[in-house]
Amino acid sequence: MSENLPVAAVPAPPISTRRGMWGEGSGDTSGYGGIVRTVTPPTGSEPPFGPWYDEVIARLAELVAEPFQQVVFDRGELTLHIPRAKLSEVVKALRDDAKLRFECCMSVSGVHYPAMTGAEFHVVYHLQSMTHNRRLRLEVSCPADDPHLPSVVATYPAADWHERETWDMFGVIFDQHPHLTRILMPDDWVGHPQRKDYPLGGIPIEFKGAVVPPVDQRRNYR
Amino acid sequence: MTPERIATPDAEDVYAADGDSDATAYTAAGPGDFDAIAKAQAERGDETLVINMGPQHPSTHGVLRLMVECDGETVLSARPGIGFLHSGIEKNMEYRSWNQGSAFVTRMDYVAPIFNEAAYCLAVERLLGIEDEIPQRAKDIRVLFMELCRIASHLIAVGTGGMEIGALTMMTIGFRERERILDFFEAVTGLRMNHAYLRPGGVSNDLPENAIAELRDLIKWLDKHFPEYAAFCNENPIFKGRMCDIGYQDLSACMALGVTGPILRCTGYGWDLRKQQPYCGYQDYDFDVITWDTCDAYGRFRVRLAEMWESLKIVKQACDKLEASVGQPVMVENAKIGSPSELALGPDGQGNSHEHVKKIMGQSMEDLIHHFKVVTEGYRVPVGQAYVPIESPKGEIGCHVVSDGGARPFRVHMRDPGFNHLQSVPIQCEGGMLADIVVCLGSIDPVMGGVDR
Repeated sequence: MSENLPVAAVPAPPISTRRGMWGEGSGDTSGYGGIVRTVTPPTGSEPPFGPWYDEVIARLAELVAEPFQQVVFDRGELTLHIPRAKLSEVVKALRDDAKLRFECCMSVSGVHYPAMTGAEFHVVYHLQSMTHNRRLRLEVSCPADDPHLPSVVATYPAADWHERETWDMFGVIFDQHPHLTRILMPDDWVGHPQRKDYPLGGIPIEFKGAVVPPVDQRRNYR
Repeated sequence: MTPERIATPDAEDVYAADGDSDATAYTAAGPGDFDAIAKAQAERGDETLVINMGPQHPSTHGVLRLMVECDGETVLSARPGIGFLHSGIEKNMEYRSWNQGSAFVTRMDYVAPIFNEAAYCLAVERLLGIEDEIPQRAKDIRVLFMELCRIASHLIAVGTGGMEIGALTMMTIGFRERERILDFFEAVTGLRMNHAYLRPGGVSNDLPENAIAELRDLIKWLDKHFPEYAAFCNENPIFKGRMCDIGYQDLSACMALGVTGPILRCTGYGWDLRKQQPYCGYQDYDFDVITWDTCDAYGRFRVRLAEMWESLKIVKQACDKLEASVGQPVMVENAKIGSPSELALGPDGQGNSHEHVKKIMGQSMEDLIHHFKVVTEGYRVPVGQAYVPIESPKGEIGCHVVSDGGARPFRVHMRDPGFNHLQSVPIQCEGGMLADIVVCLGSIDPVMGGVDR
């Protein structure tokens, strides 16, 4: 069992590197301008994780060859980082195996990490096993210059609209999705609004003798 | 797939660039595509009707659009089109502090605002690692508010659902009871809707002095009037004729489509996150999970009706607990996270606390610093992600929050039950009658503010 478990110590690429206290585009008057912080995602705790988590990991490793890139157990939630080539196989095993039986895909959401070169887009699947009353998170990443992921609609029909929304908001293309069109934005919209490089928009608020800049241009703590 | 573009040389398109005659024509029917469908249909010349229902049809529960293909009155296909109420709440939250997020999420599902706030706050609290530090009184207030809000949301569901099939009284009495609940919310939070009352760490202010007395009045009122709904509808032959066997969706279809809430429970499966994965101390309350076994719109109605009684049961228990815990804190002790609240509601609806102001201005430098830092900078949330699902009146509402360790969320995603459930419109409607679409929609109970976010 243990040789199937992934080594936890794969140093994840940083989410971002920060200097000082303020957001981009404003002078740092706080005196903390020299501070540089590198933000890395949590690696979580070492196995064994707890009651059922290790069983699920071991069972999945039996059914699918090398299914994880990384396993993170953080704040009571188990996250499996899956290579995208394995995603279809993994979700099918997770749904159909009697010991796993994650029947429902409750939510799919995208996250854009511009600083993670080669893995800019992450798509996060939240699975629910009603049989065993367990929850599991799958995380799959793809690079910005090849934003393709296999669709899980064939296994989880509920993911249909969720994947459409993720395509709409992040521009991640789900291959073999039955009808990957925009869902929240108008059909002829250009761009993918939830990407970090997509501006929030907004206009300055003008008062007599003063102007308040739009919220994404204000000086902000971060 | 882009919509078919229609050249409209004479139509003035304000969105077209100079000299761009090829812009999409925006007509009353939408951006071109529906025209194309209708045209193709006219050429085909059979009896199939293509009907565009909404956006803003009175019974589409907001700006929902349905593209329906009918053979006579039989529905061949029904496709929902959403997005008309998309307001970029998730994107906006990435530019505001963690505390302000509460005021954004509350505007998503505006019929059940407390549940949006609860899911968000619980997710942020998990990221902060302060789940065990939330005071008991704050948890009890949350439970009280969630259950009252559940009643209010179910009243809307059965009220407007009834109105759409001609049971107008359901709507008038439903809104009457709901208004009483919103009056109580207003007395406590200052607002009927969009409260931003639940904050990461607790709730924004304690109940005012007369709240328990008002709550007892409200409970008495609801106790008196709830039987009316059952008396009007449960055995009403017209009502049953419209609702029974309509919108059939069995357990396996619910599982495949990730459907939860009353739609799942009316298939006989008692899945309720309050029981299965308790949060906010629901394990300490005595209530039952309601199920029905007909898988149809009538079953959903009966589940909602019975759930209102169960919620009232919880409200009574919460009321007793809150009466016993007067004076206990409603926000975490940690002054770096808990907003300096304890506000008293002024006559103008604004909150302020003279004691607090006196203390920070006159006595405690540290409290002044904490106040200033919490209000301007907020707090930083450790790196990581959390997904917290709770049982909203419509089903599972989940909040996926990602932090990069900053003072603002890196990403917030709401899994709204309505968004998921609208996917089951085709499975419930196709093969049925055109008029039954309205019944199906009412029984799904989508709120477009939450669906489109």
